[in-house]
Amino acid sequence: MFTLLQIELYKIFKRPRTYIAFAAITALIVIIQLGLKVDGKEYADFVLADMKNMLEINGKIINGYFVCYVILQLLLIHVPLLIALIAADMISGEANMGTLRLLLTKPISRTEFIMAKFLAAAIYTILLLIWIAVLALFVSMLVFGTDDMFLVKNAYAVQIERADIFWRYAGAFCFAALAMLTVAALCFFLSNFAENSIGPIVATMSVIIVTTILSTMSIPLFNTIKPFLFTTHMVAWKEFFDIKVNDANETIKGTVEHADKIIRSSIVLVVHIVLFVGASVVVFKKKDVLS
Amino acid sequence: MKNYLRVLITLIFIGSFTQIKAQDITTLVQKVKNKLDQVNDYVAEGKMKTDVAFIKAPVGKVKVYFKKPDKFKLKRDAGISLLPKGGVTVNMRSLVAVNDYTVIAAGETIINGIKVKIAKLLPNNDNSDIVLSTLYIDETNLVIIKATTTTKENGTYDIEMQYGKYINYGLPDKVVFAFNTKDYKMPKGVTMEFDNDVTNEDRAKMKNKKGRVELAYNSYIINKGFDDSIFKN
Repeated sequence: MFTLLQIELYKIFKRPRTYIAFAAITALIVIIQLGLKVDGKEYADFVLADMKNMLEINGKIINGYFVCYVILQLLLIHVPLLIALIAADMISGEANMGTLRLLLTKPISRTEFIMAKFLAAAIYTILLLIWIAVLALFVSMLVFGTDDMFLVKNAYAVQIERADIFWRYAGAFCFAALAMLTVAALCFFLSNFAENSIGPIVATMSVIIVTTILSTMSIPLFNTIKPFLFTTHMVAWKEFFDIKVNDANETIKGTVEHADKIIRSSIVLVVHIVLFVGASVVVFKKKDVLS
Repeated sequence: MKNYLRVLITLIFIGSFTQIKAQDITTLVQKVKNKLDQVNDYVAEGKMKTDVAFIKAPVGKVKVYFKKPDKFKLKRDAGISLLPKGGVTVNMRSLVAVNDYTVIAAGETIINGIKVKIAKLLPNNDNSDIVLSTLYIDETNLVIIKATTTTKENGTYDIEMQYGKYINYGLPDKVVFAFNTKDYKMPKGVTMEFDNDVTNEDRAKMKNKKGRVELAYNSYIINKGFDDSIFKN
């Protein structure tokens, strides 16, 4: 199994397209960081315009933690496409090249084969997220420095103390890993049904776009189906950046306002991963491999 | 004729009494000012708590710098500070700058068990941001217990003071600023939170309510001097 995994990882990281995702993410993050470095004050004034009518807000609003939050908000919608580039190619790519039948002649079970492929896709996904964390969080901390985080939400604003932020990012990235693994698992599942990787990539993105639109639209008809869409749960990482207050309206360090939402969403995503991967195993085991 | 004389005497008496009263209150305000004038500068350390319904903020350590005549700076030891607009920058000394204000006596009342005299301060300068200040002065200790200030730009805010060991300098141990907040409205396009719907509970939270900023001072360093550069940033 470990040898299989090594082979699959070798195949992934030998392909130039693997590095497109890393290059694209680097470019996107650097562009956002550059924009905020040059015009960060204007951006902060725009975001806090309503608040500044009432309050004087002093301090470094545009700091590394805030920049990372902005990057994640913008980027985590697009990362699924970059994951799909690799995950959707795992089986269909082999089928396209005609190597799938050859590989299955080796003395390994189909379950082992498919699990090794999924694990390789999962490692790629996690490495991509680690790269995002390095650039979006650590580089931003170096470039912009650190301070408290002041976030404006739809219904209220939240200030989180500097010393209370880092663990929230650790949690948010772990949660993002679950969300992206769900995307990888979906791509992987769809990859079973195609002879080339374009189909699963387009299908995955279509599913994500449609379900994301349904998740974000505030229409009563869609509200009933929202809890069943995995895209609704993919954005629960933001919950790490909301904090509980006591009766005196003072924030309680180390707390999360809706920890239950994070747990519920994590469970939903894990169930999706298990279902997609399980279904992939079942489908692949029964598949008549002709290519 | 006798009645006319009586009315005239009564009017003169009332007039004189009002003038004496106005002089009394001006003198009282002047005395408070003189007491505050002992302080050329101070650096105070304390804790600040911002209590606005739609803001979740932590209690933070702050340092307050003051230098005569009106240099005032509040700095949070670390992190972001949220202060009512215009409110905190009005220090006690600027409230009793009697040269620029007309002082009117407005009676007496009791605040927190302390008998106080009410002085209304009307700025003589038409361009002043402050429209009216009402001071509640503890005549015995010559300190301001409460001040209500109405401004052109930043609405009305109340400042309540509690005194302790620095009462001889007229410096409070605790200051509570209460100010009006506007309705909080934040478009989803700005917050980028398209997934979260605003609930009725949230809407109630966002409604116009009073905000409070509490400053509890632990210590003052008075008349020891410090560099002016602190006011530049």
